[in-house]
Amino acid sequence: MTETVIDPADPGLPPVEPDAPALVVSDLRVWFDTARGLVRAVDGVDLRVDAGRTLGVVGESGSGKSVLSRAVMNILAPSAVVLPGSRIEIEGHDTATLTKQQARHLWGARIAMVFQDPMTSLTPVLTIGRQLTETLRHHTGVDKAAALARAEELLRWVGIPEPARRLGQYPHNLSGGMRQRVGIALALSCSPRLLIADEPTTALDVTVQHQILNLLGRLQSEEGMAMILITHDLGVVAGRTDDIAVMYAGRVVEQAPTTTLFGEMRHPYTRALVRSIPRIADPSHTRLRTIPGRPPTVIDPPPGCAFAARCPHARPRCLAETPRLDGHHPGNVTPGHRHACFFPVGTPQGEQAFADNLAEGRTAAGLPIDERSVL
Amino acid sequence: MSQMQTDPPAERLVEEAVVAPVGVESEPTPTVRRKRRRRDVGALLGAIWLGLIVLAAIFAAILPLPAPDAIGDRFSLAPFESAAHLLGTDQLGRDQLSRAVYGARVSLSVAIGATLLGLVVGTVGGMLAGYYRKAADTAFEIVTNVLLAFPPLIFLIALVAALRPSITTLAAGLALVAVPTFARIARANTIAFADREFVTAARAMGATDLRILGREVLPNVMLPVMSFALVVAAALVVAEGSLSFLGLGVPPPAPSWGGMIASGREELYDHAHLVLVPGLFFFLTVFSLNRVGDWARGRVGRESSL
Amino acid sequence: MRTARSPLRRLATLLTVLLVVSMAAFLLLELIPGDPLATLLPEGATPEVRAQVEAAYGLDQPLWRRYLEWLGGALQGDLGRSLQSQVPVTDAIFERLPVTVELAGLSLILALLVAIPVGVYSGYRPGGLLDRIATFVCSVTLSIPNFLLGVLLVFVFAVNLRMLPVTGWTPISRSLGGHIQSIILPVITLGAVEAVAFIRLLRNDMVATLQQDYVLSARARGLATARILFGHALRPSSFSLVTVLGVTLGRLIGGTVIVETLFSLPGLGSLVINAISNRDYLMVQGIVLVVAVAYVLINTLVDLSYPLLDPRVRAS
Repeated sequence: MTETVIDPADPGLPPVEPDAPALVVSDLRVWFDTARGLVRAVDGVDLRVDAGRTLGVVGESGSGKSVLSRAVMNILAPSAVVLPGSRIEIEGHDTATLTKQQARHLWGARIAMVFQDPMTSLTPVLTIGRQLTETLRHHTGVDKAAALARAEELLRWVGIPEPARRLGQYPHNLSGGMRQRVGIALALSCSPRLLIADEPTTALDVTVQHQILNLLGRLQSEEGMAMILITHDLGVVAGRTDDIAVMYAGRVVEQAPTTTLFGEMRHPYTRALVRSIPRIADPSHTRLRTIPGRPPTVIDPPPGCAFAARCPHARPRCLAETPRLDGHHPGNVTPGHRHACFFPVGTPQGEQAFADNLAEGRTAAGLPIDERSVL
Repeated sequence: MSQMQTDPPAERLVEEAVVAPVGVESEPTPTVRRKRRRRDVGALLGAIWLGLIVLAAIFAAILPLPAPDAIGDRFSLAPFESAAHLLGTDQLGRDQLSRAVYGARVSLSVAIGATLLGLVVGTVGGMLAGYYRKAADTAFEIVTNVLLAFPPLIFLIALVAALRPSITTLAAGLALVAVPTFARIARANTIAFADREFVTAARAMGATDLRILGREVLPNVMLPVMSFALVVAAALVVAEGSLSFLGLGVPPPAPSWGGMIASGREELYDHAHLVLVPGLFFFLTVFSLNRVGDWARGRVGRESSL
Repeated sequence: MRTARSPLRRLATLLTVLLVVSMAAFLLLELIPGDPLATLLPEGATPEVRAQVEAAYGLDQPLWRRYLEWLGGALQGDLGRSLQSQVPVTDAIFERLPVTVELAGLSLILALLVAIPVGVYSGYRPGGLLDRIATFVCSVTLSIPNFLLGVLLVFVFAVNLRMLPVTGWTPISRSLGGHIQSIILPVITLGAVEAVAFIRLLRNDMVATLQQDYVLSARARGLATARILFGHALRPSSFSLVTVLGVTLGRLIGGTVIVETLFSLPGLGSLVINAISNRDYLMVQGIVLVVAVAYVLINTLVDLSYPLLDPRVRAS
């Protein structure tokens, strides 16, 4: 991408296999000790992102996707408890076993993050240039002049006009879209192998959203880095990701290559999400499709599947047992496509479950349904 | 009764298990130690002390204490050496406990009186300034800045020299010193509330300014103002003590904590209790006011008062 | 926080404040009973002699005229002569001002030196050991009035340990070591209470700032903790602190009375208390004016410093 090549400081990490995945998360549980109880924000998540691939993580507010990203980036609040048994591997290195020196140059350099709200994620009292050079010098040890030069290149690279002038400006002098570009420049300054973008466009205007997403895509392919795109908006991930993981109540309920997910979704929640996207082609006054029921309890949740209370396929088994992502469920035939449901969409078991519920007029969880309830 | 175990047994932490899910389990859940929330013991103790000292001050005459100005025959007696004088006596043989309790009367009445007066005047002024802005605000700014720019201690000293020092004059003087604080809080909160929709709605419905101020703004402003009152009272107790220390408080023979400390200062080496007894009362009272005041402010929430 | 407004308006407000302050002082002193001429007149002075002396000092003029004459003189730097000692008020004040300023300044510096590290670290680890200890110590110190603290410090260090003098002031010119010795206890007495206020303020603001997204973002970039605390979080957290700093300094200039009395320091405080009891109204008037001017100046400086702290304020 740029002329000056700056090598990140060598953190002394053991060498990696060339095709080690950029990120592997295994059985991650992050619980928070709050006044109201133990909040199980992330309750057993398994993920894998290979080098150079893009993973979209989709879920509603409270699904745990932000906590997940913070856990991976090691910036959780002090009240968070990462339960033993959780494992996070970045480029094959177990983050729990890093030395201080190794950790110092991992986050921010090998793996970086772009935040949701550009209005608040840049330090207001430091100039853009200062924030950029600070990160560069911390991770690469170059001198001030080289850092400034590289900072200017970075700004140009992310598409900010007049980059030299911007270096001396403060965040409040820039518009929201430009600030987000600066945030991206900051994250990519040390050429990370993995970028986590946590709702990078939610706080932006629609027109700017498109530009930012395109920018991210371009930068990613230029650098060959892996990316995790976190959002609640399925439309954002539709054309821009290789794989998608759908989260609900702190767990991944379905993970599949993007085309497969949209074409052959298995989990009822995924189907509900996809169906809830309003279509321009629909006639006016079409009722928006919603998911009935209330958001799940993440404080001391009851046993069983978290989505059972809102699922038209819910059977008694769903209230007693928790389906696991790597379990052997019907319809789990394609490698790379996993889901956690006993009665998935598009399988005989699932259709039977729905028929049974229809006959009784309600699901095993007590949700009343009729023919129109096929979400 | 759980069905087929599909999950591996979860690990347990070494610390005590607190969370234990009840009922049907499909998977044993990991356990995490909970942090217990601590009660505010300090505020509770503070409230107890305040209650005690206020009651003692009110009912001082009824309590079985020797008169505070009764000159005795045992001078500078240390505390706990005589049943008749639990906290010892001063250089003139007067009972320290009694003097401390009567001294509380002075300190507390001055401080409470000044706080209330300052609160009322300050709140009214602040509300008017925050509501009407413009001219009222300018006047407010000048008045508060005058009150703040005039060195308070000098003002009090001069005031005391000008008028006979009594509980009333001291309270009035201290009230003036406290007005800017209350006024600023009231004004800041009034500005914040006057912009809200319910005030605009009330005005649209034809409510007079007085009604709006009294029914809509005042209740909202009172809460943060009152939560500051205790902390201000603590500062005023200190101010009154400082004046008595300089000999400018309520004149003898009425005892005052500051005065006791001042006179005990000379004998510090031999009879430290002469300073420590009033000092302890002073400290406990101010400490309690501060602690309970902090608790009250914590309950009301953080407001910007500057 | 103060709003930015035109310098002209600000100046007008300041001058009005100073004017009102001086008028108030004049009035207040007028109320003090007692005869300012008591020390000047010989025993058994006749009414004629008295009238002569009065005229000489302008005391036979009506109040408002006296005030205007004084004001006119003040604008030229002449604050009159002390009734007691005949010394020009201006000279007397500026002879003693350095002591008070040094006392106030050093106390604040001490307070800041203690408060900034403790406040920052407590805000970083709220509920941690340092925070709990600091909170407790602060609560206790805040509840000890400075005169009591001074007395206790004297008791421990001067009387018992005999390390420091009980009272008295040694000017730098005479001996640096002695000067330091004579100033340590007063500075600690004043500074301790201020430090406490600063710590609480800074800590609470730090806690709030550290929850901001940009701090999270800085952590995500892997920056060192110290750098984040002092480079990113401290400045936005110091608004209240700077404001209080200014107010405190202004307050201290006029508020060192107690400590100066306690330690027998030759500053403005002890000067003013003498003047009041002697009804030396010109002296008091002059001191009040000087203190008020200092207060107003300092607060203006504080206002002007906000844009330096936070670039967002500069925009207006």
